[in-house]
This record gives sequence, structure tokens and C-alpha cells, in this order.
Amino acid sequence: MIRNDVLKSILPIITNELVICNIGSPSQELFSLDDQTSNFYMLGTMGLCSSIGLGLAMAQPEKVIAIDGDGSILTNMGTLPTIANNVADNFILLIIDNGSYGSTGDQPTYAGKKTSLSAVARACGCENVVECQAKDTADELKKALASNQMTVIVCKCLSGNVKVPVIEMNPVIIADRFMTEVGRRQS
Amino acid sequence: MASNISERIVDDMIAHGIDFVTSVPCKQLAGVIEYVGNNDKVMHVPSNKEDEGMGLCAGAYMGGKRPCIIMQNTAIGVTVNTLATLIQYYQFPLPMLISYRGELGEPVACQVEMALHTKALLDQLHIPTFHFHKKGDEAELGDILKYTQMSKKPTAILTDAFFWRTA
Repeated sequence: MIRNDVLKSILPIITNELVICNIGSPSQELFSLDDQTSNFYMLGTMGLCSSIGLGLAMAQPEKVIAIDGDGSILTNMGTLPTIANNVADNFILLIIDNGSYGSTGDQPTYAGKKTSLSAVARACGCENVVECQAKDTADELKKALASNQMTVIVCKCLSGNVKVPVIEMNPVIIADRFMTEVGRRQS
Repeated sequence: MASNISERIVDDMIAHGIDFVTSVPCKQLAGVIEYVGNNDKVMHVPSNKEDEGMGLCAGAYMGGKRPCIIMQNTAIGVTVNTLATLIQYYQFPLPMLISYRGELGEPVACQVEMALHTKALLDQLHIPTFHFHKKGDEAELGDILKYTQMSKKPTAILTDAFFWRTA
């Protein structure tokens, strides 16, 4: 399974959660598969998906899933201690770990070599860390949502992207639409 | 009434709605960061790097908070991409309370190197910039925070050594 297959497999599990989606192919693939007002797409700023997700989870009570990648976590490795030390039980960090920088031409990452992101997350102090194979991601996500505990899921999958268009939606509209959805749930 | 300038600045931030603060430390801002950390009216999430902090602020803003980042001017070098492609591109208001190291009174020579680029970088990024240099300059803080929300932009509040020594 490649990232797009993992995304397809988790769509039925994501029913009412807020989603922050990583820059490049992940956002483009999610947008093509199932655009929702509860999705926030990153159009730039490599690395910050998990940080945006944590900030959002700390700020309001709805459940938040950050769909991140191994390359992005490696870019912003300082995020894992921050997540570990600021527990938000409405936050799930799903790292789709395909061992490559997918959006830039599938160059290998160190996470596909010797570096284990699940071991790093545990060493940083994250308490609920699950590493799974791609086919088990939906089950693990379901369990994590049911647990009501902050969880880091590292999903090991194959490298590869599908051909989908870039997102042409204006960033201000992406943010405004998303914030309107968040606000609707608070009222 | 708070007794010192650090406390007065934080109280003013809170009075103007700031309820989420992330920080990367600087000696000059130690009093501010300590007071923020001990204040239950504000959620304080220390970050490891300033671009990470801006990600936290972006998420918190979309979740209904009014964030602020506290950092050193060296961080302008770290955050150019994040300011352009996240904070400015999506129009997230973000006041940045910045210690302006490398100005008169600076004991560390290396700090001068980024001080030389600070205002030029902020200018190049079209970031509204305010400089607290003397006692009393902090009176503008409330208006700066209102302006930040109104314009939905990042704004820079540079606070130099002379300000902290005399305010």
C-alpha cells in the first residue's frame, strides 16, 4: 500500500474529526479523495503539520488528527518533545512513514533507513505510540480515537504518489472555511 | 498592579485578549516568560524552535485562541519561510514579542551580526515593526495588538537592552 491507499482506508474512520494535512502530495491526495470543510490543507511550510495540529487540539475540545509524514517529522523533530510534554487527549498524530520525501521525487529519508520514528517518539516521552503496517492503520486509528488518549501512530507503507492536481483553493479560503467549521462546533 | 515591566507587558497582553503564548527563551525576556508560565489566564507552550512555535500559534488561532510568540531577533533568520508561507499566506494575525539583541549595551559580539539584518529582513517581509527603546514606549502595546488582529498580519515588537534596563 502507498500513501493514497492508506488515506482511502482511513476515510471511513474519520467521521467527525478535524484534520490537519501535510504539505504536498498528502494534502493533494486527500483533497482529491474527499474534500471536507473539516480539513485544513497545508500549501507550504514543510514540517509544521504536527505543530499546527497540536496547537489546534490544545485550543479547543474537538478531536484533531494530524496526517503527517516521516520527512516532515524529520524536518521538525523538535515537535515530538513538545507533543509529549503538552498532552492533549483529543490529538492524534498519524505519521504516514513511507521512508521517502514523496512530494519532491521520492528521495529516501533516514526514517526508511536506521531511524525509527516510533522509538524517537517514545524516547521523547510520548506515552501512546503505535507502529503498524499500512493495512492495519484504519484499525489502529479507530482504537486511538476510542481510547480518548493522545496517540502517535507510525504507519509503515510503501513509497509512491498518485497523479492528482495541485490544490488551487485560496489559502485564506482554506483557513476561513476550516475556522468556520471549528466555530460551528463550539457554538 | 504588576510591579515590573515584564509583568506589566504580560498583563497588557492578557487585557488585549492574548490567551496562548509560545516562547523560545532569551535572557532579556526571561522575566516575561516566567510570568507567562505562572499565569493561569494564558496557555503557555514552550517550543524548541521558533518555526515550530509559529505552527502551534497557527493551530491555536484556528481553534479560537489569540496567540503570541515570544522570541529573540535571531529567530527572524529561522522563520522567514514560515512567516511567508503560513502566517502571511493564510492571513493569521501573530504578534511577535522580540528581544532585539545586538544593540547598544549588548555584551555578546555575535548578536550584533543578526541585529544588523533584523530590521532589513522585517522590512523585506513587509512586517509592521515597532521598536521599544525607551521607558514609556510600551504604552503602544495595546494598540499594536489591536492593529495585529485588525490587519491579520504578523507584527514585530522589537525590545532592546536599553528598554529593558530603563523601563
